[in-house]
Amino acid sequence: MFSLLYLLGAILLVGGAAFLLSGGIGLVRMPDAYNRIQAGTKATTLGTLLTLAGIACLRPDWALKLLLIGLFLLFTNPLSSQVLARAAHRIGVKQAPQTVIDRLEQDLGEKP
Amino acid sequence: MAANSETLTRTRRIVVMFATLLLFWFMLMGRVTADALIVGVIVSLAIALLFPSGLSFFTEFRATPAAFVAGVRYYGLFFKELVKSNLRLAAIVLSPSLPIKPGIVKVRTRLKSRMGRLMLANSISLTPGTLTVEMEGEWLYVHWVSVGSTDVEGATAEIVAGFERYLEVIYG
Repeated sequence: MFSLLYLLGAILLVGGAAFLLSGGIGLVRMPDAYNRIQAGTKATTLGTLLTLAGIACLRPDWALKLLLIGLFLLFTNPLSSQVLARAAHRIGVKQAPQTVIDRLEQDLGEKP
Repeated sequence: MAANSETLTRTRRIVVMFATLLLFWFMLMGRVTADALIVGVIVSLAIALLFPSGLSFFTEFRATPAAFVAGVRYYGLFFKELVKSNLRLAAIVLSPSLPIKPGIVKVRTRLKSRMGRLMLANSISLTPGTLTVEMEGEWLYVHWVSVGSTDVEGATAEIVAGFERYLEVIYG
């Protein structure tokens, strides 16, 4: 019942859950839409990957499918976060007061 | 001669697409049986023929030993960066003062191929703390949670250079 693989899987699952939690806290604490996208979609990348790796340790026969899920996650996650951020910028979502620079806004302003 | 090499590129693209799709199909099925093989081949072939210009993982891939070495190194760097920046972001989120310094910076890439640029933008977006907002030719606009430098050269050196070094060898 108790094996080294089982222990490793449990550790990976706890680690993944910790990163997912930090992503959730970030979602609440970050001041504007862009930073929320960062916290909400990024910390979850590693969190989900660790969770998948943990499940793979507990159920080795699922490993190939879990790897596939991980691959799809790596391809779709940046795409969706980038499209969200671009849409937010195009409709003019305000940035937090701490923002130091916005080169995109400057460049858009220069164009005729 | 030109038309001939164009046909060759098209054929190569279709074959690569077909092989990738079939590989994904078998990973999903988890076993190789006669009916799974028949369905997989028909569907993969149909998709590969209908969408020959679609990007796949190996589009514009340079099949040289150097590219494979760079590919392995790239994934090593990528996962190292992923873990490092995840820890950094978690530290920012959990510290009571929330020490962020957000902004959108402009960076430039030397990569020419479509796939190379796509992989670069995805890598930047996947590492927490940086997020590609807009792409215009060789210019990328990156949202950065803690801005290190606001000028193009400094930001490029910090965000792009690490990934670019390997992607340049893999995709050009």
